[in-house]
Parts: sequence; structure tokens; C-alpha cells
Amino acid sequence: MDLIFILLGAIFVNNFVLSQFLGICPFLGVSKKVETAAGMGIAVIFVITLASAATWLAYKFILVPLKLEYLYNIAFILIIASLVQLVEMFIKKSSPSLYQALGVYLPLITTNCAVLGVAVNNMNNGLDFISSVVSGIGAAAGFALAIVLFAGIRERLERCNIPKAFQGFPITLITAGLMAIAFLGFSGMSMS
Amino acid sequence: MGNPIKILKNGIIDENPTFAQVIGMCPTLAVTTSAINGVGMGLSTLAVLTCSNFVISVIRKFVPDEARIPCYVVVIASFVTIVEMLLKAFAPPSLVDALGVYIPLIVVNCLILARAEAFAGKNDPIDSLFDGLGMGLGFTLALTVLGAVREILGNGSVFGLTILPEAFPRTIVMILPPGAFLALAFLMVIVNLMRGSAKK
Repeated sequence: MDLIFILLGAIFVNNFVLSQFLGICPFLGVSKKVETAAGMGIAVIFVITLASAATWLAYKFILVPLKLEYLYNIAFILIIASLVQLVEMFIKKSSPSLYQALGVYLPLITTNCAVLGVAVNNMNNGLDFISSVVSGIGAAAGFALAIVLFAGIRERLERCNIPKAFQGFPITLITAGLMAIAFLGFSGMSMS
Repeated sequence: MGNPIKILKNGIIDENPTFAQVIGMCPTLAVTTSAINGVGMGLSTLAVLTCSNFVISVIRKFVPDEARIPCYVVVIASFVTIVEMLLKAFAPPSLVDALGVYIPLIVVNCLILARAEAFAGKNDPIDSLFDGLGMGLGFTLALTVLGAVREILGNGSVFGLTILPEAFPRTIVMILPPGAFLALAFLMVIVNLMRGSAKK
């Protein structure tokens, strides 16, 4: 039961993008089309799930026994960078069109703060292995949900008449702000 | 060697990380609930960026091209670890609590890796030092302004000093997450308008 709460909480109440601002760069960068956004969402779900498992194992069985906890940051980022490289090779082989569409943002998943954010959060909260992985899946699903919804809105914005000073980033940010207000409604659901 | 003043101005105004390049958004939006948090985050990033730019520029000739990103990331992560330890030792605990998880996340601030790739990997160490300083100051400036705006509207204060009268309504949403998006959007509109009129 607790796991379901962790999952739903991570998707809706503490949505990574809209309430914790993790993963804003791809959220704003790869959200022009719904298909690319969905591809990005799936890639991120994959990376975050693997990363939260791998970083938990590395922290518990390598850093803690060697008393190297203070090196967690360097260790985590190296694990994540290698995982991203792996995913990149996998997507390049299995789906060249998705590889093209994600372009430069695929290697940039390394610097997607959501990935490192989940790992550091899990460590700070002292979650066990299963909870870590579940909170990773929840956070990533929340990211995917937000980016797909956002891309849907942005596709419609393309056809709107926007004042010149608002074009580009400002109107995108306002849209994100309104979405964040909508997601604020979920905070009443806190289930602790 | 370039002109240090020009490099500094480039980072602070012409290519301001937040308003012109729009990178490093996560900490920008997340920690700017008050002006002091903005300053704290800005200065931490400034320190990491200046040191990492310098070191990366020094080692740029020894690092093989294919392996440069992992090397850069390790350099950056080391400086972030140092800054994190220094903050925990010397900064006020309330500030450390407010910045929280975003301090280790300086590693993945795109601004730092972007400067390593775009500038430090191609220029000599002194220029890179000034580039880091300029970009860091530009980032600090943007975060402080954004933090101040949100603090005034949401809490009626700046740097903890109350400046708006009690009767003035507080717009709580400005210090909640949606306020970050909205405040930054309107600041960008103002910057766009100013840049537009400066061109004419």
C-alpha cells in the first residue's frame, strides 16, 4: 500500500517538473511535438528507473562500506553518464527515427537534473531498494506525463497570435506556470 | 588573450545565462523563493563555474577529444563537492536547508557544462577564468532579481526586511512553484522590450 502512495505522490503531488523544478531543460527544450515529447518521456523513465536502482546499490555496497559517502555526487554522476551512453546505443540500434528526433537532448539526459535528483533524494530519505526504484518510476512517470501534456498545449500555441515580446520563452513559461497551478490542486491529496 | 572587461560584460549582459541563453533553468526556478536564496545559489554556482572553467582550460590539451565530457564532469563534480562541504561548514543552516538538494545538483546545471564546452575547452586559462566569473555574476544577478521580485510580491519583503505595508495583499502564489514560471516569464518580457527599444 505504501508503495502505491509513493508512486501516486511522486506522479501528482510532488510532480518533479512542476513542483520541484527538476528536469526543466528537456521539459522546455523537447516539448514542441507530442511524439518527440513521448519519446523523451519513455527514455527518461528507462534511465531514471535503472539509475535509481544502480545508484542505490553503489551507495549501499560500495560507498558506505568504504566510508566514501562524501564522494556520492561524483559516483552517481559517473553511473548516470554510463547508463545514458548505454541507452543511446540501444535507441540508435532499435529506433533510428526516435534517435534523430531526440537529437542532442539524448546525451543531455546525463545533465537532466531529474535523474541525479531522484538518486540524491532517495539517499537523503534513506529509502530501501524497492521504495527507491518505485519512487524513481513515479518521478519519471510524472515527468513523462507533464512533458506530453505540455507538448499538446504547445502544438496549439503554434497557431495562436502572440504579442511579439511574449513570443518564444515567455509564453512557454506562462503556459508552464498555468500547468503548475493546475497541478497545485493535487497537493490537497497529500496522503501522509 | 582577450579583453577581460569585454569577457565579463559578455557574461553579465550580452549573453546573460538566464535572460539571453535560457540555460540553467532548474536552480533558477527552484530556489528563488527569496532574494537571499537567489544570492546563495548564484554565488555557489559562480564559485564552481570559475574554478571548473580554469581547471578545464588548463587540462584541455591533455584530454582526448572522445573522453572530454566525462573528464569535465568529474572536474565539475569535485568542485561541487568542495562547495557543498564549505557551505555545510560555514553558511547559515537556514540557507543550506533552503538550497537543499539543489547544491549537489549544481553538477548537472547545464550552464557549467555549456561553458566548459563552448569556452573553456577552446580558450586559455585566464580568459576562461574571466568567462566563468562573468557568466557566474550574470547568473547571480538574474537569480537575485528573480528572488527579490518573488519575495516582494509573495511575502512583502526583500532580504527578510518587510517593505510593503501590512494592508498590501500578499500574492502567495508567487512564492509557490507556479509563481517561479510566471515571474520569470514577465521578467523576460520586460528584458525583451528593453532590448527591442535599445535596438531602434
